[in-house]
Amino acid sequence: MSLKRKILELQKKREKVLQGGGEKAIEKQVAMGKMTARERIITLLDENSFHEYDLFVEHEARDFDMDKKILHGDGVIIGTGTIYGAPICIYAQDFTVAGGSLGLMHARKITKIMDHAMKMRVPIIGINDSGGARIQEGVNSLAGYGEIFYRNTTASGVIPQISVILGPCAGGAVYSPALTDFVFVVDKISKMFITGPEVIKTVLGEEISMEDLGGARVHSEKTGNAHFYAESEIECFDQIKKLITYIPWNNGQKAMPFEPKEPKIDQYKIDEIVPGNPKEPYDVRDVVRALTDDSDFFEIMELWAANIVIGFGRIDGQTVGFVCNQPLVLAGVLDVDSSDKAARFIRYCDAFQIPIVTLVDLPGYLPGVDQEHAGVIRHGAKVLYAYSEATVPKVTVILRKAYGGGYIAMNSRHLNADFVFAWPGAEIAVMGPEGAANIIFRKEIMSADDPEKMRKQKVKEYKEKFANPYVAAAKGYVDSVIEPEETRKLLRHAIEVSKNKVDRKPIKKHGIPPF
Amino acid sequence: MAKKKTETEKATAPKSKEPVKKIEEVAPVEETDTPKQRYNTLVIQEMGAKYKTLFTEKYKNRTKWQKPDLREIYSVIPGTVIKIFVEEGQKVKEGEVMMILEAMKMKNKIIFPIDGVVKKIHVKEDQRIPKGHLMIELK
Repeated sequence: MSLKRKILELQKKREKVLQGGGEKAIEKQVAMGKMTARERIITLLDENSFHEYDLFVEHEARDFDMDKKILHGDGVIIGTGTIYGAPICIYAQDFTVAGGSLGLMHARKITKIMDHAMKMRVPIIGINDSGGARIQEGVNSLAGYGEIFYRNTTASGVIPQISVILGPCAGGAVYSPALTDFVFVVDKISKMFITGPEVIKTVLGEEISMEDLGGARVHSEKTGNAHFYAESEIECFDQIKKLITYIPWNNGQKAMPFEPKEPKIDQYKIDEIVPGNPKEPYDVRDVVRALTDDSDFFEIMELWAANIVIGFGRIDGQTVGFVCNQPLVLAGVLDVDSSDKAARFIRYCDAFQIPIVTLVDLPGYLPGVDQEHAGVIRHGAKVLYAYSEATVPKVTVILRKAYGGGYIAMNSRHLNADFVFAWPGAEIAVMGPEGAANIIFRKEIMSADDPEKMRKQKVKEYKEKFANPYVAAAKGYVDSVIEPEETRKLLRHAIEVSKNKVDRKPIKKHGIPPF
Repeated sequence: MAKKKTETEKATAPKSKEPVKKIEEVAPVEETDTPKQRYNTLVIQEMGAKYKTLFTEKYKNRTKWQKPDLREIYSVIPGTVIKIFVEEGQKVKEGEVMMILEAMKMKNKIIFPIDGVVKKIHVKEDQRIPKGHLMIELK
């Protein structure tokens, strides 16, 4: 056989495998409103950048007549490519091949590309669209999952790991996304749960649809399992591409700098966003936009625990992680969910050399039996732990209220913040003036002829004396009281001078964070 | 119903009561001068400031805590009642086996948490019950 014929043979073989599960299965996939696995990869990556490996892998199952079945590529596509020039390792489960079910060789392909990503220190993206374990392969498929989880954990904090849920992701399979840094979901397409509606119905007698149990909205709003929500797969891929521009390729590098740009100051007037009255709400994201390059803010977990806002922006072309209380929602309090959300993000930034800017405006922790019983002590402690542990540049700006435990938790000087700035309207105190005056002057108020009048007077007194940034500034807890307009300039400076920051913690295997 | 259920369990565990009671807002909803947006009022401290803000669905749907009544015995796990060892009117002691409830492929012995007299049995043998179902009342 001449080489030419051999090349022809290869081309034929390739063509066959590239059909995936065949025309009928592809039609089904399209009917479900989903792209095929290869289409997804090609759409997500830079044009012509994708190269596939392990095309000719075959499964090894011999029981239940499986040996008679041909599963092209064993239901998963792996390869490398680029996103805006950044090298990427990627795998996508192919639902058209045996429902994307995970068997031994399927898992071997995934672990192979994960190992590759770790060796090359590049981000890994996993597109999940699978019916679950291939039951015919028994414990081998469980072994496969376990090996993936082990690698997820090992790679955590070394290379960015991104999970995209574009189909069902059920049972044990959900733990791979849960172990990764960012989970993307798409409305009506993503479904994640440990036990499906069928099991719940038989065991509990509760009837619920897949969408209501573990759809994209549920995970974005209720459970906090998903970080990014999109209406369509295309929108989802755009979000992933955008994320890749903000994060470094690995923990040994910094994120690629961009051309510095000024914020859109006509649209976001920094000294007009925050109302003087500490009881009035506003959207803290406008403050962020008034500070970032091109007023661009890439929010993470927008729909879950909205009382805290987290996300990436750039200052002077450099990626910065923002953690901000959101007075618009629940007055910006810390609670179980918002603590969890902030703490994980802080640790992400710390792992990947991203400076953290904290914007503070909160009245404290959310009171309630439900909060206490849900473990707000344990969850709230995560924020303290994450800030204290982080060694990246940490800059705090107190916009307005900073009361009690909330003040300490939000990257205060006492948790080793590098810079703490406060706006002139900042109120740094143990609690709000109303509550404080009521306790301190209880006797005077009770014994007064007109208690209400006395109360008001005492509140006013307390406000004037303590509800300002100068008491904290006098102790050096606040480095500088600044005008809102100076904020960007100072942030830029603070990050610039923190470039060579060294903050060595005692040697330990690892800490014991409250999770 | 199922949706509500999960929230109830989370908030009132261990002994979840049947009806889901929403807490009335801490303070009446106030309208602000900001056009088109209605804010809720949140109070953090006793006699503290009233913050104008938006509530999350989770916050709105939180359940009011009630002191559990030990004389009402609820199921803590969904399952099938296999055998009931007591009758109505019978005197029972703390630690005595009340019934076998098969759940998660296990035959679980359910024991009485306190001494008492069985007032009413709300379940039958072979009946499948959800979590938080009232099984037996004591006098």
